[in-house]
Amino acid sequence: MSSTDISLHNDVHSGHDEHHDDHHDQSFIEKYIFSQDHKVIAKQFLFAGIFWAIIGGTLSSLFRMQLGFPEATFTFLEPLLGKWVEGGKLDPNFYLALVTMHGTIMVFFVLTAGLSGTFSNFLIPLQLGARDMASGFMNMLSFWFFFIASIIMFYSLFLETGPAAGGWTVYPPLSALPQAIPGSGAGMTLWLVSMAIFIVSQLLGGVNYITTVINLRTRGMSMAKMPLTIWAFFLTAVLGLLAFPVLFSAALLLIFDRSFGTSFFLSDIYVAGEALTHTGGSPILFQHLFWFLGHPEVYIVILPTFGIVSEVISTCARKPIFGYRAMIGSMLGIALLSFVVWAHHMFVSGMNPFLGSVFMFLTLIIAVPSAVKVFNWIATIWRGNINFTPAMLYSIAFVSLFISGGVTGIILGNSALDIQLHDTYFVVAHFHLVMGSAAFFGMFAGVYHWFPKMFGRMMDEKLGYVHFWITFICAYLIFMPMHYMGIAGFPRRYYTWTGFDTFSTFLDMNSFITIAAIVVFVGQFIFLFNFFYSIFRGRRATENPWKSNTLEWTTPVNPGHGNWPGPLPVVYRWPYDYSKPGAQEDFIPQNVPFSQTASSNLPHERDFE
Amino acid sequence: MSQTTTFEQPKTGTWDGGNEPFKASYGKLMMWFFLLSDAFTFGAFLTTYGLARHRHRSFEEAQALLPEAQRLQEFEFSTQWWPIPEKVFNAFPGFHGVDWPLAFVALMTMILILSSVTMVLAVEAGHRMDKKDVQKWLLWTILFGSMFLGCQAWEWTHFIAGDETGMTLADGSKIYGANLIVNQYGPPLFADLFFFITGFHGTHVLSGVVLLILIFINTVNGVYHRRGHYEMVEKVGLYWHFVDLVWVFVFTFFYLV
Ligand code: HEM
Ligand SMILES: [Cu+2]
Repeated sequence: MSSTDISLHNDVHSGHDEHHDDHHDQSFIEKYIFSQDHKVIAKQFLFAGIFWAIIGGTLSSLFRMQLGFPEATFTFLEPLLGKWVEGGKLDPNFYLALVTMHGTIMVFFVLTAGLSGTFSNFLIPLQLGARDMASGFMNMLSFWFFFIASIIMFYSLFLETGPAAGGWTVYPPLSALPQAIPGSGAGMTLWLVSMAIFIVSQLLGGVNYITTVINLRTRGMSMAKMPLTIWAFFLTAVLGLLAFPVLFSAALLLIFDRSFGTSFFLSDIYVAGEALTHTGGSPILFQHLFWFLGHPEVYIVILPTFGIVSEVISTCARKPIFGYRAMIGSMLGIALLSFVVWAHHMFVSGMNPFLGSVFMFLTLIIAVPSAVKVFNWIATIWRGNINFTPAMLYSIAFVSLFISGGVTGIILGNSALDIQLHDTYFVVAHFHLVMGSAAFFGMFAGVYHWFPKMFGRMMDEKLGYVHFWITFICAYLIFMPMHYMGIAGFPRRYYTWTGFDTFSTFLDMNSFITIAAIVVFVGQFIFLFNFFYSIFRGRRATENPWKSNTLEWTTPVNPGHGNWPGPLPVVYRWPYDYSKPGAQEDFIPQNVPFSQTASSNLPHERDFE
Repeated sequence: MSQTTTFEQPKTGTWDGGNEPFKASYGKLMMWFFLLSDAFTFGAFLTTYGLARHRHRSFEEAQALLPEAQRLQEFEFSTQWWPIPEKVFNAFPGFHGVDWPLAFVALMTMILILSSVTMVLAVEAGHRMDKKDVQKWLLWTILFGSMFLGCQAWEWTHFIAGDETGMTLADGSKIYGANLIVNQYGPPLFADLFFFITGFHGTHVLSGVVLLILIFINTVNGVYHRRGHYEMVEKVGLYWHFVDLVWVFVFTFFYLV
């Protein structure tokens, strides 16, 4: 494996030594800021994602304190938050803004841009055997559009009237009428502008990922030899390409309703006794448009982690992935179905009940491909020779969280049950397990697993284990109790609930959840320390520390511009030849021809020798 | 597992990597995928139109609900029903007061279709590496594109200014023309959608004209000739045909149903 690139490792250089002058003589700006190298862009997305995750997490800790300790006074927050905390009490509008921005940031900026941006960019060219993305320039633009969207969204946090506060789903009429709540003023405008730019960034990235997968696979890399990661990123990009434009339409229409007096989503409204001129529009239409994006969006968040987790589980269990084709088929099925279930978010918004039962039927079908995936992961782990790296722990936990959250999805998908459960904490528990936590766990798995290829060094395993167990235990401690509250009818998005006698029994449970939430928030600093420390001081990595089969591990420790110093690798086999009976080692990389593995070739593979 | 040199070759089928399975460069593929996503944007707008149309009564439906004696014989503009397009779009520049239903918009559509034809010719000239012809046909396309935009400007102006019929409101006052809030021709939403959707399409045409001008300049400067192919013209051509196709849908929605 290693003989090919020995000559190149004489000048082992850390990719992060900013003043290091390497042979490409690019300026610092070209190399690290306006870089067109997919690896650098991936890291830019990763750092931006981490930044946003810290902000998003901080916001949730704030509103969790309000929920967990409704009677407490938070005078210590006053210097930081100014008039948002008066007399130690969180302003209700501030609470709404926190929840909205928490959701927006986590869903779009962290788990869409941060996740796909990092791993699609990093892995697509490396695992396909390409020198770079199809268009490096557009790839760079994609990051910088995201950056502008980020700046606008970040700026909106500091507006006097606060950022958007109508929930991350920004339903009109609340979001359409600046006079409705402070958050529907300038904050909402900036939200819409930021999201419009964000969507442009997603499209630039998406067309790039798709065309790269179609046109830039190296010789021998047929679609059926691609690692599941690539399949996952490919389908994610397709979903984004088709779903985001509809949100773009909805955002534009909403901008017109807000700023130019149109009535697309508005009709017959009185605000403070005064009749508005809007007539004829339909707020339900917005919900349809939003969720036409919104439901595929949750798969845009989770699909990349399907890929990452499949890859990590197979590598660390030293077993071929169980049901490779079924894995692809189920992802295709999920991708397809995700476009026809959106109205399960609208069961109680006045939709025709017959339509509701159609959407219920389609929704419940999604359980089938999802279950296929779960069984295949478990079957892959089953009797494997498991290597419990932090990435593997995160992947196994991902499967657990995905099951726990998925099961409640089946409950919610029943339109009759949803009448009781909609807009309660049951929903919050559901999507935080299946999307929030699971996607975060998949992302952590990816970071721990590909860190050596990204930075040429290893992350510390011990800290990784500590970080894992804190995060895993707390994820369940936070979200499991929420199911009970939800079934009891505890509503979401309520600033205060102490006024309702029924809910006073939940005081302890809420405090408990909040404490767990704060513990897990603090626990993430272990990861942050590990991450940044290892970039500079981590143990040096070898080319292929996990003994993995995919092509990225055939590059030098710090792949330079163009990824492979010599000619591009050529692919002969699928990526999951782990523990193949008769083979010398327990893995056979994709670029090893069958003529070299005579001892392990299966009967039908003899023909290729 | 050291990498000895091998003469073994990987598979070389259409989808086996190392080639372009659709026989299209990445640039062209990107344009296709962009257009696919843009189609969804327009799709959402046209769905909005369809829904708004569905939520309002047509003239006949509204009349049928009235007692026999109060029914109108002749179509009139009213916020109570969706207007009949032929009654809204019946003017023609230079001919005041005529009733030529859809004549002008038919002309606009013709112009846009012509521009698609000249675009095809420009692409074809590009395949022949015939710089002169590419220039010629690009110029024609730019001309027709700009004419379309000019027509649209007139159509908008007329729509905004309205005509002397106007609409009589319940309190007896009259309104003329339309903007995003009031609309002489019917429910305000009709005007909202008209401005929004034709405006969005017009923006696409305008961007197309700008792109055409850019590639025209490049063609004149011989950029593509030196490059050895006129693929850029093809890519802009794809965009141009798409915008044309969208117009057909917009036309159908606004003017025919
Ligand atoms: C420390 C971890 C987290 C905690 C304690 C937490 C807590 C909460 C709570 C309590 C709510 C509901 C507030 C209300 O109903 O008033 C909420 C909403 C939400 N969270 Fe989280 N969350 C966490 C992580 C995440 C992650 C990783 C995601 C990423 C998908 C996420 C996405 C959302 C979304 C989309 C909403 C809905 C926002 C809205 O309805 O406006 N959260 N979170
Ligand atoms: Cu959904």
